[in-house]
Amino acid sequence: MTSLVSVNGVSKTYETRRGEKVLAIGEVNLHLAEEEFVSLIGPSGCGKSTLLHVAAGLLKPTTGEVLVRGENRPIRAEEFGMVFQDAVLFPWLTIRQNIEMPAEVLRIPKAVYKPRATELIELVGLAGFGDMYPRELSGGMQQRAAIARSLIHDPELLLMDEPFGAVDAITRENLNIELQRIRRVARKTVLFVTHSISEAVFLSNRVVIMSARPSKVRAVIDIDLPADRGPALIESPEFDVFVRRVHRELGHHAH
Amino acid sequence: MPTDRAQFREELLDRAVSVLLAGGFLVVLILAWQLITTLELLPAYLVPTPAATAHAIWKDLTDPRFWNDQLFQTLYVVLVGFAIAAVAGLVIGPLLILHPLIERSVYPFVVAFQTMPKIAMAPLILVWLGYGHTSKFVITALVAFFPVVVNVIAGLKAGDERQLILMRALRASWWTRMTKVRIPNALPYIFAGLDIAVVFAVIGAIVAEFLGSPNGLGSLVIIRQTNVDIPGLFSVLFFLAVMGSTLHLIITGLARKFTFWSQTADNKVAKR
Ligand SMILES: Nc1ncnc2c1ncn2[C@@H]1O[C@H](COP(=O)(O)OP(=O)(O)O)[C@@H](O)[C@H]1O
Ligand SMILES: [Mg+2]
Repeated sequence: MTSLVSVNGVSKTYETRRGEKVLAIGEVNLHLAEEEFVSLIGPSGCGKSTLLHVAAGLLKPTTGEVLVRGENRPIRAEEFGMVFQDAVLFPWLTIRQNIEMPAEVLRIPKAVYKPRATELIELVGLAGFGDMYPRELSGGMQQRAAIARSLIHDPELLLMDEPFGAVDAITRENLNIELQRIRRVARKTVLFVTHSISEAVFLSNRVVIMSARPSKVRAVIDIDLPADRGPALIESPEFDVFVRRVHRELGHHAH
Repeated sequence: MPTDRAQFREELLDRAVSVLLAGGFLVVLILAWQLITTLELLPAYLVPTPAATAHAIWKDLTDPRFWNDQLFQTLYVVLVGFAIAAVAGLVIGPLLILHPLIERSVYPFVVAFQTMPKIAMAPLILVWLGYGHTSKFVITALVAFFPVVVNVIAGLKAGDERQLILMRALRASWWTRMTKVRIPNALPYIFAGLDIAVVFAVIGAIVAEFLGSPNGLGSLVIIRQTNVDIPGLFSVLFFLAVMGSTLHLIITGLARKFTFWSQTADNKVAKR
């Protein structure tokens, strides 16, 4: 089976304004199968965002290549959605207009995206908030809107860069449970950057652990937990086993 | 714009308090003024009484020639000059940052020019263009242009970088990025620039009229100065203040309508 996205031998060197070269990514290989949820975890500045941007075709890798369904071509706009650490909504648009924006840019017919927007607003739990403006919503609710926006054009792949890094712990847990549900309902492939070990374990089929800059993949851990995951799982001993393994691979000492 | 009812009432109350405070201060000012004139702390030929000033204002207010030959003439110059400045700023601003090469070569001169008092160019423009409407429009537009262009540029560069990454992820065209991201982000700055520009336009028009115009409030100031008509001068100042405030209120009203989403719209002003 060909992967949806293959990152083959990708490295990235940035050149700073003063002409110094920064090797952000050493060499990374990564394969995303369809409907797989893969988390990237690693120290800050190790090139996780860079890797996401390379996968999105927003940055050219210095070496290596990104294959989409086995073809050496940049991923198309229709094929992926993006979510950042903050919602990055447009404050002059209502929540509904924000969610519809990518569909409008991609010239998807109104008859297709209007009903979809309504469905997505419900799916992410924002029913009744569609006509409000972003600043009238909490950070967590804004982030739900950003997730709905990333799904409006029905892409196969979601690229999420620490999407819950800026919300409080309780909201974060709720959002994790919902993201897990949403992506199962919507059958998406996800590449998810996080700093949270338990979040990575809870959401992922695989956790990719990266080393410090110049980064390499240090370890890949398959998370053999049931597909349908709920809050109860977090307290189970199996969950703990995986958390400890990721923790150990990250270079910490086990408690 | 959806507004919470309680919040709306609170805002209304807040405005009422502002109006009362400002009104109270006005009463204090007029009383102090009356006191100065009745106690003859300042000679009457320098500072007219409030009553004499009110009388001069009333005389102008009821004189159709004052409206047609003076006030409307100035307003006409202000509006045309402002319109030229606004359109020029809105067109030239984006062009200046179209390419880094243009920006780096041309923009330093915009900044240098902006620091020069444009008013000082008024006599030169009169020499070049002669007396008449054209020179007045040009002087007014020149004074009002820079706050617009500088704010347009600052506004187009404002906004969250990631909004543009999002648009690039959607492979949006230059035009789409402009209309969907850059221009909306720029609106609070643009309105701040227009607000400064409209006040500057009044200054430009008055100075242009000082320098030998047969009509307009600027020329009326010179005539009344020559006649030592101090209440008359106060009256002109009053009408200029009303004109400036009205134009300012119109711009801020429009700004509130189009940039209601911006919480810091009032703070977004680049250098003049
Ligand atoms: N545009 C850039 N120019 C130069 N260096 C950059 C640029 N973007 C990122 N970097 C550097 O590359 C490294 C990786 O950055 P990033 O991908 O943002 O890491 P992470 O998301 O894992 O925290 C960091 O050291 C960062 O300073
Ligand atoms: Mg990052």
